[in-house]
Amino acid sequence: MSVDPTAIQQAQDQLNAHVREIIEWHFNPATGCPFWLNWQKSAGWDPRAEVKNFADLIARFPHFKDESLRDEQPEVWVPAAFKGKPFNIFETGGTTGMPKQRIGWNDYKVDYEEFSGKISDDHFPRGGAWMMVGPTGPRRLRLAIEHLANFRGSPCYFVDLDPRFVKKLISNKQFDIARQYMDHVVDQAVTLLKHRKITGLFTTPKLLEALAEKVDLYDAGVRGVFCGGTTMAPQYTRYIVEEVLEGRIGFYPTYGNTLMGLAASVPLTEEDNFSITYYSPQPRAVLRVVNPEKTDELVSYDEWGRVELTTLTKEFFMPRFLERDEAIRRKPRAPYAWDGVAEVRPFGAMQKTIVEGVY
Amino acid sequence: MPELPHIPVLRLGRPYESLDQSEVKNHRNGEVLAKVSSVNAGIIRKDFRKIDSARAALNKHSVAELIELSAKAGEHFLNGTLPLGDKGHTQSAAQYIETLSLTSGLPHVMVKRNMTKIHFALTHLKNVLNGLSRGLDLSIIDQGMGEQFGTKLAFFPTSKALGLVMPSNSPAVNSLWLPAIALKTPVIIKPGREEPWTPYRLIQAFIAAGVPAEAFGFYPTDHEGAGEILRTSGRALIFGDKNTTAQYANNPAVQVHGPGWSKILIGNDCIEHWRDYLDVIAGAISDNGGRSCINASAVVVPKYAAEIADALALKLGPVEPTAPDDETAKLSGFANPKMAEFIEGSIEEGLKTPGAVDATAKYRKGPRKVEFEGGTYLRPTIVHCESFEHPLANKEFLCPYASVVEVPQDQMLEKIGYSLAVTAITKDEKFITDLMAFPEIERLNIGPVSTMAISWDQPHEGNMFEFLWKRRSIERAW
Repeated sequence: MSVDPTAIQQAQDQLNAHVREIIEWHFNPATGCPFWLNWQKSAGWDPRAEVKNFADLIARFPHFKDESLRDEQPEVWVPAAFKGKPFNIFETGGTTGMPKQRIGWNDYKVDYEEFSGKISDDHFPRGGAWMMVGPTGPRRLRLAIEHLANFRGSPCYFVDLDPRFVKKLISNKQFDIARQYMDHVVDQAVTLLKHRKITGLFTTPKLLEALAEKVDLYDAGVRGVFCGGTTMAPQYTRYIVEEVLEGRIGFYPTYGNTLMGLAASVPLTEEDNFSITYYSPQPRAVLRVVNPEKTDELVSYDEWGRVELTTLTKEFFMPRFLERDEAIRRKPRAPYAWDGVAEVRPFGAMQKTIVEGVY
Repeated sequence: MPELPHIPVLRLGRPYESLDQSEVKNHRNGEVLAKVSSVNAGIIRKDFRKIDSARAALNKHSVAELIELSAKAGEHFLNGTLPLGDKGHTQSAAQYIETLSLTSGLPHVMVKRNMTKIHFALTHLKNVLNGLSRGLDLSIIDQGMGEQFGTKLAFFPTSKALGLVMPSNSPAVNSLWLPAIALKTPVIIKPGREEPWTPYRLIQAFIAAGVPAEAFGFYPTDHEGAGEILRTSGRALIFGDKNTTAQYANNPAVQVHGPGWSKILIGNDCIEHWRDYLDVIAGAISDNGGRSCINASAVVVPKYAAEIADALALKLGPVEPTAPDDETAKLSGFANPKMAEFIEGSIEEGLKTPGAVDATAKYRKGPRKVEFEGGTYLRPTIVHCESFEHPLANKEFLCPYASVVEVPQDQMLEKIGYSLAVTAITKDEKFITDLMAFPEIERLNIGPVSTMAISWDQPHEGNMFEFLWKRRSIERAW
């Protein structure tokens, strides 16, 4: 399970080379986007000259402020090389007020095509229909899931859930309406499961739980579940694996968001005791677990810290964004030659109750 | 065998060790005494889908047999050595007393009294059910129908299980659910976070007596899980403060056990003899460490309020914490010291409103909140309030606390509001008639009887028999 130090070094070298390429791309007036080119002018230093590897990037760039994704028009993020090509607008947040937006072209396809290689054909038979039950709307996830299904030769059904509405209901303590809305979503999914041959499912843990209470998922034909969206602590994961899926359906927990893409989890072993570790799609995105008080420091392995994300694609550059999540830092584990993040949960979860709702 | 006992979840009798575990600690030094597994609401919902088999297991026995088994369980509970968790540990009666005292703060003598109450309820279940069912031939429950009192009788169960969201403050509250087993109703229990010991020991006592293990669900769980128990059980009991219980106030499927606001009333005819009743009044305020909903929290009198407050203060004010095994112990420590801080703050805040005096202050000779041998205690507090409208006049705290207020007798019933237990010291027939007709009193004692007096064969915040079984009309052609 441990990873050869040579492989770790190779991954580091590959990341450093990728950092140089991405910095060159985003800070070169011929290819970069207005946002970063303007930023460079006000910052007063040249990343292309000073950032030669990932360590330089961490040392030189401040934490990315995601308010820019809300306050700026989407066009400021268009790299010169993409000018004139229509883009997708993907949103995050927005329970109240203006959501944050990330634009993109092909990144989601790259992420999810790569992820396709990590799921088994036994659990997600090629050609077998998928169903997504969860937040569609303006989210990257909706297109990504459909692309993943299509990439595997499969169609995909959709049942939408609006997480902004659910969060409002829960914040307003309108629990009865939240429950009615959840039942409404689950009922639609049950109807599809009963009338269509569906083999693969993407949903959130809470919706999966509710779905399994209304229909025997295995008997309905489901063989694989790809799950993400909220905290999955070890006991909850065990509950999903043993009680909801009853050990008969493949389970693929993932950690992802609009700004990163998708971090897959390594298959659970007995030693894991249901603690899920996710690995970012490096070098396109790097996850670090940092000391919340001194965010330039990594925490030690197997310790909790705040999740920091750096996204490094030609479509989107985002250095050192402090996620609103905390996690345990884990060692590299095959097939991943870089650090993992485990048991991700909302930042400050030990101190206060976080509204996650059904999403 | 590991050093620490582990108390598992009981999934309709089946032990389950969760990856989520909490620790139950010695309230004095923080030493961990056991780990307790807990589960999410989903597991409770899943198990509830199998509740019919739990009910079927109880149905193999007649009510009479289950009453006998309950009596045996009472003996096991009071004297037996029973399994403690799933790692090979056992617990004798003495160990139960000591451990519960260490984690709850209750002194041994109070734990023993609570044990005796539970033992009495279990060993007198025939009388209890006779009282609650008003003399029903309980074999009619076994057969579903029958004839008695010259009429046809048929009963059906109102729910598949009895859900219980239990408190941590007083073990004897478990007495309330004990009749459910003899009434063929499985129990789904969420124990109080600091008090898993009593419900777990009771379940083990029932199992040792021969009651099917499937009849018992023991689910330490979170807020969502507690809500699930209340929602899915069909019939449930919840214990908690005003905010908690208010959510279920209009739900007939949930029997709410909140603050009692129990009171002592003295009538005009007896007030001149108030000194004769001081012992009863002081006991009603301070027995069981003042932790029960049937502890008196207000003494309402037509005159002499200042004198009565002073006399009670003289009696209770000097009471101090003692070692847990002191047979004369009167105070209970706080498992959660923040609760003591909160109560202390509330009383002090109330005293800032003019019209109230802490009568105990001069006899206490020291602070109300004290540390003793590592534990946190609140010493007794008697507050003389000038009117019933004062914020401290109708308050209930988890410690020996009472107000003494002057209210003319003819205004008492309109002022006191809901009161779980009322002791009315009067021989005035008109006043007694008014008291008997007053709907806001659940338990009424006439004469110098402590509010703490319990008869399990009479309803306590609802009748458990009527809660779990309902009569229906029936005609059979064959």
